[in-house]
Amino acid sequence: MPLDRRDVDTDQIIPAHWLKRVERTGYGAGLFEAWRRDPVFVLNDPRYAGATVLVTGANFGCGSSREHAVWALQEHGFQAVISPSFADIFRTNCARVGLVTAALPEAAVARLMRRVERDPALSVVVDVSSRTVTAGGETHPFALDDFTRMRLLEGLDDIGLTLRHAEAIARFEAVRPAHLPRVSD
Amino acid sequence: MAQTLSQKVWERHVVRRAPGEPDLLYVDLHLVHEVTSPQAFDALRLAGRRVRRPDLTLATADHNTPTIDVDRPIADPVSATQLAALTRNCAEFGVRLYPMGHALQGIVHVIGPQLGLTQPGMLIVCGDSHTSTHGAFGALAFGIGTSEVEHVLATQTLPQPRPGTMSVTVEGALPAGVTAKDVILGVIQRIGVAGGQGTIVEYRGDAIRSLSMEGRMTVCNMSIEAGARAGMIAPDDVTFRYLEGRPRAPKGAAWERALDDWRSLFTDPGAAFDREVRIAAGELRPYVTWGTNPAQSSEIDGAVPDPDAFADGAKRESAQRALAYQGLRAGTAIRDIAVDAVFIGSCTNARIEDLRAAAGAIDGRRVKHGVRALVVPGSAQVKEQAEREGLDRVFVEAGFEWRAAGCSMCLGMNPDVLRPGERCASTSNRNFEGRQGPGGRTHLVSPVVAAATAIAGHFALPEDLS
Ligand code: SF4
Repeated sequence: MPLDRRDVDTDQIIPAHWLKRVERTGYGAGLFEAWRRDPVFVLNDPRYAGATVLVTGANFGCGSSREHAVWALQEHGFQAVISPSFADIFRTNCARVGLVTAALPEAAVARLMRRVERDPALSVVVDVSSRTVTAGGETHPFALDDFTRMRLLEGLDDIGLTLRHAEAIARFEAVRPAHLPRVSD
Repeated sequence: MAQTLSQKVWERHVVRRAPGEPDLLYVDLHLVHEVTSPQAFDALRLAGRRVRRPDLTLATADHNTPTIDVDRPIADPVSATQLAALTRNCAEFGVRLYPMGHALQGIVHVIGPQLGLTQPGMLIVCGDSHTSTHGAFGALAFGIGTSEVEHVLATQTLPQPRPGTMSVTVEGALPAGVTAKDVILGVIQRIGVAGGQGTIVEYRGDAIRSLSMEGRMTVCNMSIEAGARAGMIAPDDVTFRYLEGRPRAPKGAAWERALDDWRSLFTDPGAAFDREVRIAAGELRPYVTWGTNPAQSSEIDGAVPDPDAFADGAKRESAQRALAYQGLRAGTAIRDIAVDAVFIGSCTNARIEDLRAAAGAIDGRRVKHGVRALVVPGSAQVKEQAEREGLDRVFVEAGFEWRAAGCSMCLGMNPDVLRPGERCASTSNRNFEGRQGPGGRTHLVSPVVAAATAIAGHFALPEDLS
């Protein structure tokens, strides 16, 4: 699905009033809530119903740290977002919950955008294992560090991974300077 | 090897480093609020995990809380449920909470510094992007998502890839009438909303050094609006004076040891940044945003720009969209834009100094008829201090509403929202579409411009008022 806008902020992806909820699910209906009221907004275009890849402009996901934005995209069915660049916290949140962010050069994204606009049925494959995006005979590599790639492929529990280093954490704690503050005595 | 400030602080917190993996960092202080934590606590419970360091974790209720009738039950049942969940979670996991009505409650980024919990060289995280505020003390502080909140609760650590470094040097003296808010709006206008992406920005130069701690917090607060992971300022005597005597600051011999340590927190001569930006302080003016991202601003003496004047196609389109949303015409003088509402508040500009500055601009005048004007102090303590100084009376007599502490109209999660089409001069940090309520139009300004605007009914400086 093409969303040809840059600097899409997380307030647009999921507005604040949705954040009053304490659950982790149920955000799909809030995705792009304000823009969706416009009948010609791309999310309302039946030709893109069921799309799993979002192609969009630079600096996607800027603004608030709300992970709810990622949950909303996933619940709507997106598995990957392609953009020239992503905001830092949004990108980290995506890696945490398994939404793939593929950053491609600006020109490549612009070309892909035109192609999916012309041909809504075009298949766009984001392959985590080979770190490539393939669409209509064109293949582009995207950067993905080994660690994130492994977590995306194997769905590992991040906290479990860290707890394997419990000893290192305890050693670190034992030598923290005494003047550092505590919240309570 | 010569190191930058952020590299020094980063290195102090590395618990584990392994090739091909992000560094595992130790978190000195984890701030928690009601909006980004319930799912994290739920997940802990499901996995049978505890909070590793309740003594390094502090919670407050701020985003969702009403700032009016705070002694009555919360009308919105969904908000009430979320606040009740925070209370329950904190009790169950042994986390200290400053709830609504508590003397120490307030916006999470206002209370950390106020308690003296925010100190140089620390690593501070919170499920909120404006955690960058704490960088004003030479701490490394950044926002995280809910999964990361869970990670820190469970392990007191966080795996993080090492960010790049960037310096923004504001050289020379600030012109009269230019505030910290104008400095950061000016910086963002120049480097753009993604200008700091992937980096920790260090603010340097005489103009930054000349700012009070409050002003430095305003600058670091909006680092995220430039896309940066964090913002930092090297600690100096201004920092130490602010901290000395605060409840959680070190005392006696520990204070002396801490000072020795803190004085080593600066960028070594010869250390290189990945990117360096220099701005002459003399170029800066009071700014007003006209668009729907924080880089879209004009000097108050200027006008709404013509989108066609932008050479970059993407910028042109986004300016066109912004003007349509904001209901503005190119070429309109900023001072000719009338407002319906004024909001003085938020973690950017609701500390005591901000309220003093705003009150000073009022000088016995009254809010323009038809303008709804709100002052929401950043914390219960700020509110109390302002009342001791009589600032509340200045505001109320002028026709402002004087509220209890919280985020309030900064993000419109509580009942304080703009109606569709309403235009607001706001001292907050985000002018995104619908940020202050669906269809609402936000213009970011400093506290003095906000106060003068409330009185004039259109954007104004204090000296414009008769
Ligand atoms: S005041 Fe606004 S920006 Fe600051 S923490 Fe609250 S909602 Fe976020």
